[in-house]
Amino acid sequence: MKIDVLYFAWIRERVGKQGETVDTSATTVGELVAELVARNEAYALAFSDLAVVKAALDEVLVDLDTPLDNAREVAFFPPMTGG
Amino acid sequence: MGVSVQTHDFDLGTEVASLRADDAGAIVSFTGMVRNSPDGTLVALELECYPSMATSALTDLENTAVERWSLTGCVIIHRFGRLRLGDQIMMVATAAPHRGDAFAAAEFLMDYLKCDAPFWKKEHTKSGSNWVENKSGDAERQQRWTAQKD
Repeated sequence: MKIDVLYFAWIRERVGKQGETVDTSATTVGELVAELVARNEAYALAFSDLAVVKAALDEVLVDLDTPLDNAREVAFFPPMTGG
Repeated sequence: MGVSVQTHDFDLGTEVASLRADDAGAIVSFTGMVRNSPDGTLVALELECYPSMATSALTDLENTAVERWSLTGCVIIHRFGRLRLGDQIMMVATAAPHRGDAFAAAEFLMDYLKCDAPFWKKEHTKSGSNWVENKSGDAERQQRWTAQKD
């Protein structure tokens, strides 16, 4: 399936792009992360510490074991620091 | 009621005045400001956000607060982009018949906003740039609202 992937803050900087459309066979958010990490060093660095990586599926915060189902968009970012 | 994610500044007085109503006996507001970095060399504070999710997350928070407390009105504004020392970053304001609900709802909104709204701060100082790390106390402040109901 194809899914839009967005990156924010230092994850965006480490990956080197704001987003991309990914053709994936992953069934969960975590499997998608593993596919990305296998691509190259930039992704591996961005996702090197999953304790500080948060994910949102169609704009809703989710855990990494959440199924992708037919989600349109997944976003990866560090813990929020707004306010 | 209203949520806005925007680059431009806001006028606190105008927003608070918008909550005046015959049944609003109390209005509470909080404003987050750009403060200096620990070494006193802040040049700018960059606010990055995930705009569509930020709007939906803040709207969800507002709806939750309105369900939980007796509010007559609520405003949440959060800016993004490049800000300077002393600039306003964001505000929440709540109105209720009595002060207890207005204070509690405003603090609830801030505690949840810190953890659940997709904004990230990057400090630009004279010696370089760094992403601000979240504080461990933020999650604890959020969790106390699920432990203690009102």
